[in-house]
Amino acid sequence: MGALFSFGAVVVLLLIPAIGAGALKMHSLFGVVIPYLAVVIFLGGLIYRVVGWGKVPVPFKIPTTCGQQKSLPWIKHSKLESPATSWEVAARMFLEVVLFRSLFRNLRTEKTPADRVVYASSKWLWLGGIAFHYSFLIVFIRHLRFFKHPTPKFVSIIESFDGFLQIGSPHLFVTGLVLFGAAFYLFLRRVFVPAVRYISLPADYFPLFLIMAIAGTGMLMRYFWKVDIIKVKELTLGLATFNPTVPDGIGVIFYIHLFLVSALFAYFPFSKLVHLGGVFLSPTRNLANNSRMVYHPNPWNYPVKVHTYEEYEEEFRDKMIAVGIPVEKEPPKEEEEKAETEETEGKE
Amino acid sequence: MYDGGKIIAGIIIFLAFATFPFYSNIGKADIKPPKPSLDTPVIKELAVKKCVEPKEYMRANHMQLLIDWRDAALREGKRIYINSRGEEVFISLQNTCMKCHSNKKKFCDECHSYANVDPYCWDCHFAKAKQEEQR
Repeated sequence: MGALFSFGAVVVLLLIPAIGAGALKMHSLFGVVIPYLAVVIFLGGLIYRVVGWGKVPVPFKIPTTCGQQKSLPWIKHSKLESPATSWEVAARMFLEVVLFRSLFRNLRTEKTPADRVVYASSKWLWLGGIAFHYSFLIVFIRHLRFFKHPTPKFVSIIESFDGFLQIGSPHLFVTGLVLFGAAFYLFLRRVFVPAVRYISLPADYFPLFLIMAIAGTGMLMRYFWKVDIIKVKELTLGLATFNPTVPDGIGVIFYIHLFLVSALFAYFPFSKLVHLGGVFLSPTRNLANNSRMVYHPNPWNYPVKVHTYEEYEEEFRDKMIAVGIPVEKEPPKEEEEKAETEETEGKE
Repeated sequence: MYDGGKIIAGIIIFLAFATFPFYSNIGKADIKPPKPSLDTPVIKELAVKKCVEPKEYMRANHMQLLIDWRDAALREGKRIYINSRGEEVFISLQNTCMKCHSNKKKFCDECHSYANVDPYCWDCHFAKAKQEEQR
């Protein structure tokens, strides 16, 4: 089963730093070399993928639309659902990226006892997706405090909002819990909805387990198995300033967390997670539905070798006349023949 | 590449965000981690310089200890803490912790600002200087 395989893979990823940094004390490997490598793979891989998509020609305008296309002036044009200009495309794309509008339209299909197919609105996937992505974004931004000194003001503001419940010490960050909870919900959805389970692959489960493990180790480290945060920042700031130092005595839970994040970074460009860049290059989203207004050249077009009727007749005119097939042009007189042929060829 | 201009612009914007911690830190490689100062009159007079719990434990877990102390003192009315060495310690931030660490600026704030932590201890408690000011 895909879920078990993915779970096993994440357990292995947990054990590697637990043994490597915990038992074998390879702190500079797990604290410096692997994180740098992961960032290089992440940036390089993402650029490689995006450039790869850029090289693929889009022969047709294929935006998916769900509204009235721009038509006659007295027919109301649905600008967001069927954008006709680049600005409308940008607005639609922006709302797609920040609000996940296409997920908001998610439907549940069911069969009534009377064998009738009915559709109902289903917002849970959208809600889980929004909760997951935004809490991950905030968690990601919050981590800037480890890579900047002094920490930028906006990070402190985000932190104070995130910890507004003032539970415990250090304060509980709501987004950490929401991130874990939302990832867990998305996992449960794959397990308990039969139709979704049927199409779920290890590549679907693995990122969820990995992100749950990252959020889990992060919260464990913050609230339970605390590490010396000053030494942690010394290490992370060293990474950001290209002056890596590996202080002694940071708990192994930190190296586990860092390794899992490195694994996520390295895995990112080569998995479904690369929709981070891919969403911007989706032809069904980023094209305008203006194929009746603007000529869209197929970039694949090459000069097609054609043989027109005129050429055909030119080639076989004598034979056609000989067997009595009507021709459009009577055979030219002897002295004109050469000039005529050149003219026809020139027309191609 | 098709639409190369737009795609390259997108990649550059992405890189500007993604590598922010790197380029914004150029020339700041000499940031030293803070060294909280133990240079206070009370600590100087101590024969054996020992905190409530071992130094390594305090570095990572002092916030947990303090919040547990708050709950013990204010919610349960317990004022005695027995540490890992079996000694009894009077539970009080101002009279126990800050008796020795009277230098809040050089001791507490040093690390807190480095790690960008803003503890709300001082919403209720006073630092020594402010304490004297109030009298």
